[in-house]
Amino acid sequence: MLSYPFMQNAYMAGTLIAIISGIMGVFVIARNMSFLTHTLSEIGFAGAAFGIFMGWQPLNGMLLFTTISSIGVGELGAKSSRRENSITAISALAIGLGILFLSLADSNASYATGILFGSVIGISRANVVQMVILSVSVLVVVMVIYRYLKFDSFDPIGAQVKGLWTRTLSVIFLVLLAFSVSVAAQIVGSLLIFILLTLPAAAAKYFAHTVGMMISVAVAFSLIGVWLGLYLSYVTNWPVSFFIAVIEVIFYFSALVYQRMRA
Amino acid sequence: MTESILQLKQLSFAFPDKQVLKNLNYDLKRGDFLSIVGENGVGKTTLMRLILQELKPTSGTLDFLPNRQAVPVGYVPQFRNIDAEYPLSIQDFVGLNFAKIGVPWLTAKERQRVTEILTETKLFNIRRRPLGQASGGEKQKAYLAQALLDRPSLLILDESTASLDPVAKTELLDLVKQINKNQQLTVIFVTHDIPLARRYADHYLFLSPGQYEAGNISDLTNEKVGEMNNA
Repeated sequence: MLSYPFMQNAYMAGTLIAIISGIMGVFVIARNMSFLTHTLSEIGFAGAAFGIFMGWQPLNGMLLFTTISSIGVGELGAKSSRRENSITAISALAIGLGILFLSLADSNASYATGILFGSVIGISRANVVQMVILSVSVLVVVMVIYRYLKFDSFDPIGAQVKGLWTRTLSVIFLVLLAFSVSVAAQIVGSLLIFILLTLPAAAAKYFAHTVGMMISVAVAFSLIGVWLGLYLSYVTNWPVSFFIAVIEVIFYFSALVYQRMRA
Repeated sequence: MTESILQLKQLSFAFPDKQVLKNLNYDLKRGDFLSIVGENGVGKTTLMRLILQELKPTSGTLDFLPNRQAVPVGYVPQFRNIDAEYPLSIQDFVGLNFAKIGVPWLTAKERQRVTEILTETKLFNIRRRPLGQASGGEKQKAYLAQALLDRPSLLILDESTASLDPVAKTELLDLVKQINKNQQLTVIFVTHDIPLARRYADHYLFLSPGQYEAGNISDLTNEKVGEMNNA
């Protein structure tokens, strides 16, 4: 299987995606941002379609759209009820725009399904290089601001009392999230990206009681999901995102059962 | 004479529709245990927000002495959004307060300080318990430990005992009083609970609409409380 260059690329990209998703997911869960992550993936779909329409790499269109909208969402302010509704509106607009760009670009249906549902064979070596650069940038920034991010995500009241620049941190986090969504969408597709950015971390919090351990468990869950998903997809020729979704959902519900049994 | 660490001079604050604090003067000395009492809406929280520099005085001044940097402040609020599924252990939660840019992990010295403060606040034996599964009293102790981690000179307890049962209240305040005595930690204790204030504080600052009174805690009699509330 690994003698095929497309599978090598898929495994390299998948490994990166799993690591980034596991790390970012822990903060997504702590900050209650699952819903926003879902919306960012829809915005990513619009961006990718726009990229195709403009004749760019879909990833570049995704980066453009998700980054701009993540800054925009950060500026919407803290009122959560208004934010939820605004996010729903933005999400609707993004899907509409995505469909429009795809239709204007006159691309074929397989291209669209590739963006929406992900693809194993679509990853080129150049894609992998770009994904490495993006992932390393995200990792470096997360490492530098890790203690701030940890405090602000796991104890926002304490962080505010301490006088941390919580608003700026929030925007930086959203931009990092935009990068992660764009990278991860390359394999699992924009419709299912929130799986990797939420479920492994949501399951991890039942097994670990330090942020470091939660990150390790979440990365392990997403790595198993991606590696096993790619293998099963290769063997069965079924979509990789299906397998990843099933594996991560199993992890999540097993974690819930484990928690119930312990309680 | 004991040095002052916080001086309020003619301090006033008004929201657009309401005057809350008017010409407040107070000189807070190092090592004092000051209880700020008064009914809801008289400006206790506003005063805390002024001290934490979240608000600016409408007139008058609020000065830390010799300067703001010389008086690190620890703050324990009444509520935190910690539910039963909150995953972090008490130890990890307390360590969050070592927030700085750079190395992601805590240094050996920082880890040692976390252990010290957990021992001091009697949380060491349950340090690995998820905070979400701790009792109300244990949670407040963890908030206290987090606030004390970077050795503040001024500790503010903002209604921190309001949701606790009597035993947990006493336990928490005994602990604070001990640190106040042994380490000259200055404490501001905001509360509705006058008997509790009498038991632990050295001085009081009684806020009532548009006026205030300050003095030794022994002068805070029931008659005075009645008078101030009816004023």
